[in-house]
Amino acid sequence: MKIIVCIKQVPDAKDVRLDPITNTLAREGVQSIMNPYDQYALEEAVRLKEKCGGEVTVISMGPPQAEEVLRQAISCGADSAVLISDRAFAGADTWATAYTLEHAIKKIGNFDLILCGKQAIDGDTAQVGPGLATRHGIPYITCVQRIRATTETGLIAERMMDDGFDVVAVDYPALLSVVKDINEPRVPSIKGKMKAKKAEIVRLNAQTIEADPACIGLPGSPTKVVNVFPPQARGVRSVLTGTLDEQIDQLVEKLLPYL
Amino acid sequence: MEQGSSMLKVSKELCIGCGICADNCPFAAITIEDGLAVVGESCNLCGACVENCDVGALTLTVSGRKAQEDLAGWSGVSVFCEYRGGELAPVSLELLGIGRKLADQRGVKLSAILLGFETRETASLLIGHGADAVILVDHEALRDFRDDCYAAVFTHLVRQYRPEIVLAGATAIGRSFIPAVATTLNTGLTADCTKLEIRDQDGMLLQTRPAFGGNIMATIVCEASRPQMATVRPKVMKALDFNADRKGEVIVVKPPVNLLQSKMKVIESVVGQASTVNIQDADILVSGGRGLETAKGFELIKKLADTLGAKVSASRAVVDAGWIPYPHQVGQTGKTVAPKLYIACGISGAVQHVAGMQSAETIVAINRDEHATIFNVADYGLVGDLYEIIPKLIAKLEERRRL
Repeated sequence: MKIIVCIKQVPDAKDVRLDPITNTLAREGVQSIMNPYDQYALEEAVRLKEKCGGEVTVISMGPPQAEEVLRQAISCGADSAVLISDRAFAGADTWATAYTLEHAIKKIGNFDLILCGKQAIDGDTAQVGPGLATRHGIPYITCVQRIRATTETGLIAERMMDDGFDVVAVDYPALLSVVKDINEPRVPSIKGKMKAKKAEIVRLNAQTIEADPACIGLPGSPTKVVNVFPPQARGVRSVLTGTLDEQIDQLVEKLLPYL
Repeated sequence: MEQGSSMLKVSKELCIGCGICADNCPFAAITIEDGLAVVGESCNLCGACVENCDVGALTLTVSGRKAQEDLAGWSGVSVFCEYRGGELAPVSLELLGIGRKLADQRGVKLSAILLGFETRETASLLIGHGADAVILVDHEALRDFRDDCYAAVFTHLVRQYRPEIVLAGATAIGRSFIPAVATTLNTGLTADCTKLEIRDQDGMLLQTRPAFGGNIMATIVCEASRPQMATVRPKVMKALDFNADRKGEVIVVKPPVNLLQSKMKVIESVVGQASTVNIQDADILVSGGRGLETAKGFELIKKLADTLGAKVSASRAVVDAGWIPYPHQVGQTGKTVAPKLYIACGISGAVQHVAGMQSAETIVAINRDEHATIFNVADYGLVGDLYEIIPKLIAKLEERRRL
């Protein structure tokens, strides 16, 4: 089975801040990590490979330093890695990102399955996975919490819903986006780390994936950010005073409207 | 040469094989074969040849993200109304509330697009809540939620009715199939909006959403393509009161059968105790963390939740420990919630947790550690042993209720 895993390098949540001058996200000096949801996608891909045979290719669209998360993915069991990097991709929204990934995957070749995290923790949109599948004209299942069964031709998965879960069957090729519940990612082995260090990362850019310049990066994005601002500060905190019992009494007063 | 949807075409009728284009091509991509210009692989669509062709045999179409030419041909606000298992998702009515406001500001119609099976009187309910028209597709193929089928039918309706604005709930279903619709329509989509406004000067939809776990707010526009699409978080917008006197039209649409075919098969839908699991729909959440010390601690959390008519949620640590199932997890790798009241019990307040709950209207924190970061976002904080505080709190609340 040939599996492609899409991963994204994201800033660590605790370091996120706005550049006060440009009002854009300051990426310099911010710790970068592999998007947590993508770690579950990668782990599931490696488990499928171990069960069914095949190979796992990880791809990432991002700046040159996104190579770090690709090497991390190899240390956790991926076989090969592709970095899709070009200044022309900068500022891509989800439409342009799905377009770019689609073209990169067409360059990479045939696949049975694409795995993605449910969403990236920076944008939180959950739109690139479905967009990518739609561009490829393949079925997709979002928010997969478990793969129940795999066969030669397809798989059966549990999809988390607001009211429980659905059990859904699709044939390959297909795309799944996964949630945290699906597995517990492994830590890289020493052997894996050695392999990651030596691994050759394939590089693709706008030209090699034959992207239409009108469809990538900021110019290719139908949505534009016109304003970025900090959220409204939370109201002034009320301090509860006195003994613990007195504090509980005060809290009860505050909670009465909710009874 | 074709790149994406852009291409350079040579007209066989007009081309005289003069070779001027080949001489002018900076990439040596054009050759003359059998008296005709032939475009090769190295063409990068620069257009130099087109300018130099004396007979007008070359045309370059660069499509993709160029402005749609017929923006004015799109009018009205459409709202996706979600119907599953015999029930309308509450967010549908909230969307009609904001949709009504936006439509009135724009001076256009508000339509509800209702997809489902055996939807009975739902259409008239939607009219009573603000819709001028309900576009209804009621078909057995829409009983189960299958992304490709829902996306195909919805896309078909948007193409037919051409609304300038399309809204859907940021629910499991909305977030799953709406991106496919936006992709197919080649238009923009903004996820999880918390505020929608019309820009005065040009009538554009201003879509505001939190990013980076609510640490940053961003306002987004979709200027050059239609429709302008957004998913909206449940519980953020207000539904209008039902008014039985409101009049509206129900348009029953029978879509082409090929749109109802799917590559997905839903084998079964396992409905959990929806009343307890869907924490995003709750007005009040009582949330437990590692400070409970044992899985049994959730019995106390449940008791407080019952007293308040609340649902139970949790931090990541206790979900990972197996004390409570994953659908209850609040935070970066769980769910984002914005209830009226959030009571955090024994939760330290890691940034990943706070990202999922800081939009709650009122936050109460109960924690033994007075330095716990949860107190930084709490409106009311109690420092102490939750096993002492919560039973007293329950008793006092019960007492007040009886009064």
